[in-house]
Amino acid sequence: MTPEELHQRRDKERAKRSTEEDHLLCCTAAGCLSCGSEDVLHSLRDAVKTTEANVRVSGTGCLGLCSKGPLVKRESDGAFFGGLSPESAAALVPGRADLVDRQTLAEHRIEPTTPFFALQQRIVLENAGRTDPERIEDYILADGYEALSKAVTEMTPEEVLSEVKKSGLRGRGGAGYPTALKWELVAKQAATTKYIVCNADEGDPGAFMDRSVLEGDPHRVLEGMALAGYAAGASQGYIYVRGEYALAVQRLEKAIRQAERERILGNRVLDSAFAFQVDIRVGAGAFVCGEETALLASIEGRRGEPRTRPPYPPERGLFGKPTLINNVETFANIPPIIRKGGDWFSSIGTERSKGTKVFAVAGKIVHTGLVEVPMGTSLRTIVQDICGGVPGGGKLKAVLTGGPSGGAIPESLLDLPVDYESLSKAGSMMGSGGLIVMDDETSMVDVARYFMEFCMDESCGKCIPCRAGTVQMHDILARISRREAEPSDLEMLAKLATLLKETSLCGLGQTAPNPVVSALRYFREEFDEKLVKHPLAENTSRTASERRE
Amino acid sequence: MTPSTDSGSRKAAPASPKSKAIRDNREKMLERSMSRHAYAGNALIEVLHTAQELFGFLSPALLRRVASKLHLPPSRVLAVATFYNFFSLKPKGEHTAVVCLGTACYVGGAVDLVQKLEHRCAKVGATSPDGKVTVQVARCIGSCGLAPAVILDGQILPRVTPDQLDAVIDRILASPEAAPADSASQ
Repeated sequence: MTPEELHQRRDKERAKRSTEEDHLLCCTAAGCLSCGSEDVLHSLRDAVKTTEANVRVSGTGCLGLCSKGPLVKRESDGAFFGGLSPESAAALVPGRADLVDRQTLAEHRIEPTTPFFALQQRIVLENAGRTDPERIEDYILADGYEALSKAVTEMTPEEVLSEVKKSGLRGRGGAGYPTALKWELVAKQAATTKYIVCNADEGDPGAFMDRSVLEGDPHRVLEGMALAGYAAGASQGYIYVRGEYALAVQRLEKAIRQAERERILGNRVLDSAFAFQVDIRVGAGAFVCGEETALLASIEGRRGEPRTRPPYPPERGLFGKPTLINNVETFANIPPIIRKGGDWFSSIGTERSKGTKVFAVAGKIVHTGLVEVPMGTSLRTIVQDICGGVPGGGKLKAVLTGGPSGGAIPESLLDLPVDYESLSKAGSMMGSGGLIVMDDETSMVDVARYFMEFCMDESCGKCIPCRAGTVQMHDILARISRREAEPSDLEMLAKLATLLKETSLCGLGQTAPNPVVSALRYFREEFDEKLVKHPLAENTSRTASERRE
Repeated sequence: MTPSTDSGSRKAAPASPKSKAIRDNREKMLERSMSRHAYAGNALIEVLHTAQELFGFLSPALLRRVASKLHLPPSRVLAVATFYNFFSLKPKGEHTAVVCLGTACYVGGAVDLVQKLEHRCAKVGATSPDGKVTVQVARCIGSCGLAPAVILDGQILPRVTPDQLDAVIDRILASPEAAPADSASQ
């Protein structure tokens, strides 16, 4: 496909759409699918067949409000409908309002002006509610592959790189390394064979942003990877997807087939001299594979064990060649940056954290789901205003960010703006974007123990500080939970935390103590209260979490 | 993964002409998967995925065959198969119940669900003595909006309470040996 043909295809699709009366989009992301959205989609399609109305019905990516699934969006007025049964959904089709009474439909209606939708700014998730992830035509209609076409026809690789640099984009995988710097390192390498790798091994429990992007807009990730390949001089890309994400793999496979068939990917990308192809590698259930060198080992078919760095992957990565590794959300940000310019992107967010961030909000919260906000938005806005706070009038105690590598942020600090620096100063980290809300029934000792158990299980066992240290820390935390620990154990816990942080080989071990350290920092009294010989420890009723032990 | 195919291949019925044919077909499909990757050693994980999908679990004989075809030492194949949580070296029961232990599910009370399954069926990682149910836990299935969630034979059961799980277990235990017959005819 040449760039002209791409534009023709877009115009043709646009002309076709202009004759349609309405467009009903039913969420087909994993969350809604398990609430029965497939039946809703079928029911909508069947209802359309029974009328004269020229209405389009499609599946679409995650609409965000997962707790109200299955969700349908009506394009004509932007309204959302949640919790629909297949029967009542059919009444959304123009001319079939007779199927249910008006009252029923109104009860399911969610206005686009509700804070959940109105307070978000969507860049990465812009196509959720606009396109069908299984149709390349939909992506092209939404200006898809426009950035790639612009790059290969009008821009040099250096210009693409400088646009990314201008944008100020930082890696969305957690650490926040400037994306352009990483790209530059790979571009500088003289080797003829280089690789682009997309890290889609979203392992943090409680995080599902990358999954939603892959399921809802797979072409966007492919386009971002191809742009990276163009800028860095690589012609082969790999997406390493978690084994648990079967639907994401299926949609990606389909997207790759479509893009190859249309010759958008392949030997001549959009009829240019640039060649780029993408292969999928499916993970097999190992949290440590989110670490970049472990991920590369896994792609090579070996045990996912990290190795010492340097040399960093931009110098020696996959099969010993220079390799660029970015996270799914990072790649998803690239096409709009190239399309609209780096200056546009850097006008969003804070001084040092640009753009938006997608968060997966779950736990004790009214609206569980996916939220995209500009960097610098306060946690309170996300948790209270957008997601509706703790249900049933419970009291919010803390918000966990960064999963097992992050930490708890207490209620008193909720006005903290969300950016890389503020979160790490508060003892947590941005992480990939999971936000777990805890209410006052949650024991922080138990949460710290839970995350340590996770790290203990997932430690690959290569380096001793992590392999043995996580076991020892877990042992102490379990004893605290059982009220068998003494004050000296807390000292040992703090000592071990420092040891793991300073001597572990990779990020898993280095960050494993974070949840413990932050819990000790903000909720020390909960630990003290459980120690033996403490006057308060007697006659205190045991909490629910302990009884489970 | 892909528990749907998994459920189809889990229990190879005793030798009958029909199941023999299926087994031969599986061998061929495994061979095709390896040849698609040009018998390259770096495709080991992909090949093991396919092998487990086809046969339900990775037997020592299967691992040895993969090792020789991909020209890898058997020790390396075993090392990889035991490293990743996904690969199972033991056959599974008729049904598989996976409790998600991601943070959202954990906070939502997933531990009570694990206890329920352990009490009624088998310990985590084990199969009930009658071969009916294998109990497993998952790190996070990414369906945090549905917490706490259990995956029964590939189907997500959203927002499960221990009582609901009780009812589900009753139903599975009561069902006759229907599942294997189904899978053999696939």
